[in-house]
Amino acid sequence: MWSDQDRPRLARGVRLRWDPVRETQMLLRPEGAVALNPSAAAVLELCEGQRSVGGIIEELQTRHPGVDLGNDVRELLASLAELGLVIHADR
Amino acid sequence: MQIGNPYSLVAELTYRCPLRCPYCSNPVDCGSEAYKTELTTEEWSRVFADASALGVLQLGFTGGEPMARRDLPELVASAAGHGLYTTLVTAALTLDRARAKRLQEAGLDHVQISFQDSDPTNSDRIAGTRSWDRKVEAARLVRELDFPLTINVVLHRQNLDNIAEILGLAESLDADRLELANTQYYGWALENRAALLPSREQLERAERLVAEFRARLGARMEILYVIPDYFDNQPKPCSGGWARQTIVISPHGSVMPCHAASVIPGLEFDNVRDRSLEWIWVHSSAFNKFRGSDWMPEPCRSCPQKEIDFGGCRCQAMLLTGDPAATDPTCMYSPHHHLVVDARERAQRSEAPVKLVPLVYRSMKGSPASK
Repeated sequence: MWSDQDRPRLARGVRLRWDPVRETQMLLRPEGAVALNPSAAAVLELCEGQRSVGGIIEELQTRHPGVDLGNDVRELLASLAELGLVIHADR
Repeated sequence: MQIGNPYSLVAELTYRCPLRCPYCSNPVDCGSEAYKTELTTEEWSRVFADASALGVLQLGFTGGEPMARRDLPELVASAAGHGLYTTLVTAALTLDRARAKRLQEAGLDHVQISFQDSDPTNSDRIAGTRSWDRKVEAARLVRELDFPLTINVVLHRQNLDNIAEILGLAESLDADRLELANTQYYGWALENRAALLPSREQLERAERLVAEFRARLGARMEILYVIPDYFDNQPKPCSGGWARQTIVISPHGSVMPCHAASVIPGLEFDNVRDRSLEWIWVHSSAFNKFRGSDWMPEPCRSCPQKEIDFGGCRCQAMLLTGDPAATDPTCMYSPHHHLVVDARERAQRSEAPVKLVPLVYRSMKGSPASK
């Protein structure tokens, strides 16, 4: 689970890449690839290990004022953590 | 049918290898002259550019032993330059610090190291050469350099009883991934089938221990368990379906839908020396032969599973029935299913101490049976 203070980062060996052939952001990992929708990609671009979950939500909120994104971001991070794609930078 | 884009390219850089595993996935004629005219650095680089443009995301450097290619760092740099996610699949005998660092600087993403068993003596015996100690050293080095690490182990009668220790080895080496591949019976493994086919009890115990391990480690380790198709009564969707996701290129540039496809007589493989990879992916007769489902016989044609298992494995159909278009005999609906049942029942009855069953080791001189 993610609290607002936690700082998410991509797990070892996981990287984000634009796939020009499929015109999609892809999350690449050893022997695998996950196609991302634009909103998931926007969250993952901010998971560099410095920003907290709260900071990520705040940043996205400034891009989409008036929309409450908090739960969506936390849910996305939870499911990516379950897949081993995102980890806690401090643990 | 609509032809999609491939996701992965398997680059078999060379069939040279210091190991002699009796289930090697290389062709039994891996020592033949044709394979010795290996693609040059420039030819591979062109292939990586073409693969990337075609939509390939994952590139596996394999062999034989890919470390036997002195230009490996250049090949890695070229592939990384095209945005490919690169994996080195190695026996790791020559993966020392200097080489590992050069590969890291070239942009290598991930290292996969094979073990033949958790037990050093048995691992060395199966590999046909002393190797276990160096594999452990190399695995530690890989983690020290902060590469993601996959450990792969081919499972069979002669190591399945050590499954708990194999899982423990992967954990102690801090592997990010573990590939447990029950032996697939082509080529060398088919020649050694009587020595490698496990008993049902061995498999059931292994599957229970793997499930417990998976539950305990959760997201910490990704575990890929390749099913023992001889025991499952349903075929595996080989390579994710013929010519759907994967391209394999042999050391001399032959482009194949899977690494075993050369066992199918009459298939003509185009070569990257003559044609572009894109042309081959779309037009090669070998790729189109079993693409989609129009080629399927009954019982596949009217089967609801046909878009899930794609009729199983063409190479296995060829090797067991002589007809590459037959339903994979591991399927319980195959008219040839008795061939698989007979083999696994013989294995079940066999009481020979496993280590006394002689192994046919992989050799560049070919197998006794192929002569």
